[in-house]
Amino acid sequence: MEISGAEIVVRCLQEENVDYVFGYPGGAVLFIYDELFRQNKVKHVLVRHEQAAVHAADGYARASGRVGVALVTSGPGVTNAVTGIATAYMDSIPLVVVTGQVPTHAIGQDAFQEVDTVGITRPCVKHNFLVKDVHDIAGTMKKAFFVAASGRPGPIVVDIPKDVTAAKAAFEYPATISMRSYNPVTKGHGGQIKKALSLLMHAERPMVYTGGGVVLGGATKELTQLVRKLGFPCTSTLMGLGGYPASDGQFLGMLGMHGTYEANMAMQHCDVLLAIGARFDDRVIGNPRHFFDEKRRIIHIDIDPSSISKRVRVDVPIVGDVRDVLQELSKQLGASTAKPDASALKTWWAQIELWRARDSLKYDRSSPLIKPQYVIQKLHEVTKGEAYITSDVGQHQMWAAQFYKFEKPRRWINSGGLGTMGFGMPAAMGVQLAHPKETVVCVTGESSIMMCIQELSTCKQYRLPLKIISLNNRYMGMVRQWQEFFHGNRYAESYMDALPDFVRLAESFGHVGMRIEKPADVEGALAEAFKRKNELVFMDFVTDQAENVYPMIPGGKGLSEMILV
Amino acid sequence: MRHIISVLLENEPGALSRVSGLFSARGYNIESLTVAPTEDPTMSRMTIVTNGSDDVIEQINKQLNKLVDVVKVIDLSEGEHIERELMLVKVRAVGKDREEMKRMADIFRGRIIDVTDRDYTIELTGSGSKLDAFLKAVSRDAILETVRTGASGIGRGDRVLKL
Ligand SMILES: Cc1ncc(C[n+]2csc(CCOP(=O)(O)OP(=O)(O)O)c2C)c(N)n1
Repeated sequence: MEISGAEIVVRCLQEENVDYVFGYPGGAVLFIYDELFRQNKVKHVLVRHEQAAVHAADGYARASGRVGVALVTSGPGVTNAVTGIATAYMDSIPLVVVTGQVPTHAIGQDAFQEVDTVGITRPCVKHNFLVKDVHDIAGTMKKAFFVAASGRPGPIVVDIPKDVTAAKAAFEYPATISMRSYNPVTKGHGGQIKKALSLLMHAERPMVYTGGGVVLGGATKELTQLVRKLGFPCTSTLMGLGGYPASDGQFLGMLGMHGTYEANMAMQHCDVLLAIGARFDDRVIGNPRHFFDEKRRIIHIDIDPSSISKRVRVDVPIVGDVRDVLQELSKQLGASTAKPDASALKTWWAQIELWRARDSLKYDRSSPLIKPQYVIQKLHEVTKGEAYITSDVGQHQMWAAQFYKFEKPRRWINSGGLGTMGFGMPAAMGVQLAHPKETVVCVTGESSIMMCIQELSTCKQYRLPLKIISLNNRYMGMVRQWQEFFHGNRYAESYMDALPDFVRLAESFGHVGMRIEKPADVEGALAEAFKRKNELVFMDFVTDQAENVYPMIPGGKGLSEMILV
Repeated sequence: MRHIISVLLENEPGALSRVSGLFSARGYNIESLTVAPTEDPTMSRMTIVTNGSDDVIEQINKQLNKLVDVVKVIDLSEGEHIERELMLVKVRAVGKDREEMKRMADIFRGRIIDVTDRDYTIELTGSGSKLDAFLKAVSRDAILETVRTGASGIGRGDRVLKL
């Protein structure tokens, strides 16, 4: 029996066990919407802006480990979605974004709502497809899901012209797929792993540096076991938080531009560095020349060969799935008689403890103003460290990363690579749908939240009881901080004038709004908000405007050149 | 250093733009790029001449391999290889130049493939530097038009780039 291309698209989603599609309709996708309407296996979530559709699919993917799916129309639907796609691309998040396109005969004619979707998205997708024949839809969708989730994950765009969704073909979903041009490596090279082990056993000042790859690769257990067995210090990038339990004594906290003193100093001064699913990005190691001032041997495990020796030359590259490689490393360690150098390690830890004693995250606890750090600490207490936390971009993001101690992976959801303001709330919607029973919090700033504020309406429609913690400093705080440090206190356009009354704003969308102005009220307000299990609560914390994020490595400086409080 | 990179890729619409987009997005040089289908029409073969430090060339190889349409990549300059480029040159051929141009074409093993009473079109193949040498050897005003394909490369002996 022949069915329409639109029905084939929906059947493919069913075959992939997609439970939610985040989308927004329009002319080019009307046949697909019609087919979504006629079934109830795949649920559609109607966002209020296509950027949010992709962020929500992204949040869903990050929290669940599955492929997120979004559906948007041609032209402006696609251009609105691009920010979301680029956000997912930079953080290696598996998505399938189905985009409508003008009919094949109109392509290239500057038709109404035509854009070159494949061209526009090419630099920010793992791969994209334009499906010109209804017979190719099923195979392409299969490939899209396969490529999105395998190897180093990433977003895939499938662009389907309207006439192709109307045309008919028999439906058969391929059971398996193989692509001669795409075969990601998973098993690490045994010889390289052996070399790595020998380097680790001879280290005097070892350091383990982990990134988002540990979370994406599901390697938390393997990492934790290995690090504990070795007794080495461990740090994590912004993207890797939760990959190793933050409460563990061997964890030095986050490293990088706003990392802890101990993590950055240990990173700079180690003699053997084990990098796992991380990419030595500019926000992590600062100025690479300064990083090279100290001699160290580097082992780098990553699924993406192009991440290895891209910014930093490494001595032992290991291409493979991080979980597989860590398992093999642990196995070889167990079978070997070699042990880490205990006395060197003791001296190294003594040094690290001295660095740790600097207490680089300290802040003024006696201030009459609400300190943003304090709000996050209380948030951690009230939620017992078990919430899913999304964030936007700015100071609040860094404070959330520093002060919410993530014990488990996939709990910390933020736009690390692209740094997209507006990500937090839509991402939280996806997280809440992936985990309906869990507590989902969006830590945001009054500027970021305005970028996708319309999604309060989506939250109402689907009864998503998010808790929005807005650290309202009346400034684009991170911009203000840079202007204070590097532009002579000239706060050009970073003051948020004419802000709405967020309490009434939340209420007008049918939610609960709270304003908190005194430190003494913080804890009680949080407790009350989290009691409201079925309601979205927008908490507007009026915080200290002058607070800055410390430590800070200024641009162009090295890891050990932090500005401290 | 100058490198010649050979790429086998799916003969899909847009595959070329993925490669050229990669080079422009990451700031890699392209001296020349040629592409055409292979004996298997589902696949294309591309030759890219580029230059860069060892680190950059390593990244170019890795980034090319990462493209989902790319089947295989080799850096021909890592071993013995042959490089050929085709050039068509239209030259003025009047008066004493007429004889001179014919002689030049012979010296460079070119062939005159089109003749009018005022000009010749000469076909030349060889390495890029041979073609450069030809252009240097004939007087500038005599050259009316040139078109070059960019280099194609292949490994020597049993060095084969195949699926
Ligand atoms: C879409 C987008 N535009 C601009 C920026 C640049 N930027 C980074 S942080 C920031 C300020 C964010 O202010 P707010 O949301 O209030 O957070 P705060 O830093 O005050 O905590 C800006 C404008 C960005 N990251 N994303």
